[in-house]
Amino acid sequence: MTMYNQTTDERVDKALANSFLRQATRRATDRLRNNKYKAADELGNWEEWRAAGEAIRKNVISNLDYYLNQLIEQMEKRGVHVHLAKTPADAVTVVRNIVREHNAKNVLKSKSMISEEIHLNHALEEDGVEVVETDLGEYIIQIASEPPSHIIVPAMHKTRQQVADLFEPIAGHALSSDTPTLTRFVRTQMREKFLRGDIGITGCNFAVASTGSIVMVTNEGNGRMVSTLPRVQITLMGMERIVPSFRELDILLNLLARSATGQRLSSYTTILTPPKNTADPDGPEEYHLVILDHNRSEILGDKLFRSSLNCIRCGACFNVCPVYRQLGGHAYGSVYSGPIGSVITPLLEKDWKKWGHLPYFSSLCGACSEACPVRIPLHDLLVKLRMRKTQSGHTPQVERQIFKAYRYFFTREKTLRRALRLGARLQWPFVRNQRITGGPPPLSNWTNSRTLPMVAPKPFMQLWADLKNKR
Amino acid sequence: MKVSLFATCLTNALYPDVDLTMAKILKHLGHSVDVPEGQVCCGQIAFNSGYVDDAREVARTLIDAFERSEVVVGPSGSCIAMIHHYYPTLFEKEPAYLKKAEDLIHKSYEFTQFVVDVLKQPDLGAHYKAKATYHPSCHATRLLGIGEAPLKLLQHVKGLELLPLPEAQLCCGFGGTFSVKMPKISEAMVAEKAQHVLDSGADILLGLDMGCLMNISGYLEKINKPVKTMHIIQLLGEGMKS
Repeated sequence: MTMYNQTTDERVDKALANSFLRQATRRATDRLRNNKYKAADELGNWEEWRAAGEAIRKNVISNLDYYLNQLIEQMEKRGVHVHLAKTPADAVTVVRNIVREHNAKNVLKSKSMISEEIHLNHALEEDGVEVVETDLGEYIIQIASEPPSHIIVPAMHKTRQQVADLFEPIAGHALSSDTPTLTRFVRTQMREKFLRGDIGITGCNFAVASTGSIVMVTNEGNGRMVSTLPRVQITLMGMERIVPSFRELDILLNLLARSATGQRLSSYTTILTPPKNTADPDGPEEYHLVILDHNRSEILGDKLFRSSLNCIRCGACFNVCPVYRQLGGHAYGSVYSGPIGSVITPLLEKDWKKWGHLPYFSSLCGACSEACPVRIPLHDLLVKLRMRKTQSGHTPQVERQIFKAYRYFFTREKTLRRALRLGARLQWPFVRNQRITGGPPPLSNWTNSRTLPMVAPKPFMQLWADLKNKR
Repeated sequence: MKVSLFATCLTNALYPDVDLTMAKILKHLGHSVDVPEGQVCCGQIAFNSGYVDDAREVARTLIDAFERSEVVVGPSGSCIAMIHHYYPTLFEKEPAYLKKAEDLIHKSYEFTQFVVDVLKQPDLGAHYKAKATYHPSCHATRLLGIGEAPLKLLQHVKGLELLPLPEAQLCCGFGGTFSVKMPKISEAMVAEKAQHVLDSGADILLGLDMGCLMNISGYLEKINKPVKTMHIIQLLGEGMKS
């Protein structure tokens, strides 16, 4: 995953120079966004649905210990092995041990962002295990050895032609880039791999605490194959991914499908209450649930950021974000990109050096907060992250000085007036055709791509004072 | 009514005619206008950059300046949104200033909101013959919920043809310090916005926040495709002269 080693600037430059990526991203996000508008409008009272969704998530997060206990109790009662993983490394170890114990050689995976968060594939491959991503998008990026560029549509940045080019070496012959040909190719590949799978690993969109059920939504049916064919199944979930009961699930499934893709319901909503019952014709005999913390407990205790745990991972914020629209996901450098990724990555990873750029990947336009189906104030959280970074002394010295000066002058109107008049005199070396066209940094960051109006010879406060004196 | 003007820091320094025209329009509508001394800025630049303590002191200066005002009107949705949405958190630990901040919130308005929703005078009798398009600034739209007010003002301008702006809801990429902190991303965003402005076929780009307009016009200027850019106040001011 080469992009993890690049600097933020390098990743941004690379993304901006990639017109295929930008076009593909723009087209896909526009389509998802417009579908979402239709699916939301159809309900007639979307704002009420959002409020209900927010209330459900708030209740879960404020009582997470209770619901987690209930879920675990239900699961263990039926013989599910529940593993609590404090760190990504712990989660990887749990999965690795299960795979080793069963001497498994072929692992099937359906889409799981947690597996990306803990970098699971890499670890299993090191052990000589073949890991098969069965979600089409994940399969594409696995072949390309890239991380997902969108939490719902991981290969959003790829065009059909690029996908055909990736598949050709595997097919051993030329492939046309039309969708039926490409999907048929993957289907044939998958069929055989599904039959060989020793262990299935799935993600979890929701875990129903009252019954101990796991809910997965997919559009390809691969989640069902992964959760029925192998004898052993592992489900990875973030510890906040809980709903109290099926009543709340109904509302959240609507919000999720409509916000993610504009569907009323995803093509497949799979509800598992594992493990396999003696009466069940198929399904895993051995079932492991891995619940990942990875600093979520800490976020839970942090009242500034607790609401970030309300996220249902629909990706709606990506599809309206003007920054994501220009860059796609890889420029962020993180597993979770887009607005929600910029919020949660610094909180999960706790490394300002590595992830300190993310809160600034936003013009604070607020489109994300407006789109969020559970009303997370995403752009406000980004500002709060900037505040935390500043207060913990991780912002550059120059920046701190600039704001000190800002505070000095912008609390003293008369002094500022004099400073502005001085500025009006000093600006001439940079003026062409009555516009400021250059200047020292950080002004040059503006003038490299834009001009600026000249500082007025008299600021308004002076103009007004002069007018008043004349009268 | 006695109206106090909030001359925002950007218009004060770079576009003083916007503030001056705002004063003229309000006077024309029969109100007395004053500009309280000591006012500078809402503090948003520092607040949005994470420098809350610096922002708080700047905000305090603004609150003090308008303490005795009846009504406060400013030519920017963004600055007014800063007051309405973030002053309560800025002063949550200072009851005395929290009270003053709430007073300011209750009496402050963005210009178009004030004229249309409070004064209920959407027709200012302006004439301006041109094809124009309107960029709905993010903070005015999403934080203050301003939708119709600016459009109502523009619909009453005789001779003005309003053309739709494609993907109008997209941010222009200004974002205050974002434009200099993430200049390349900001440039990509403004490039798309500028293209939509050109595609609209309008001769004039209108808006209610000079920050966004400065960004879009600055880019169009740089790529040698200048489009006349005006604050709604400037257009109304010109249109009311005739």
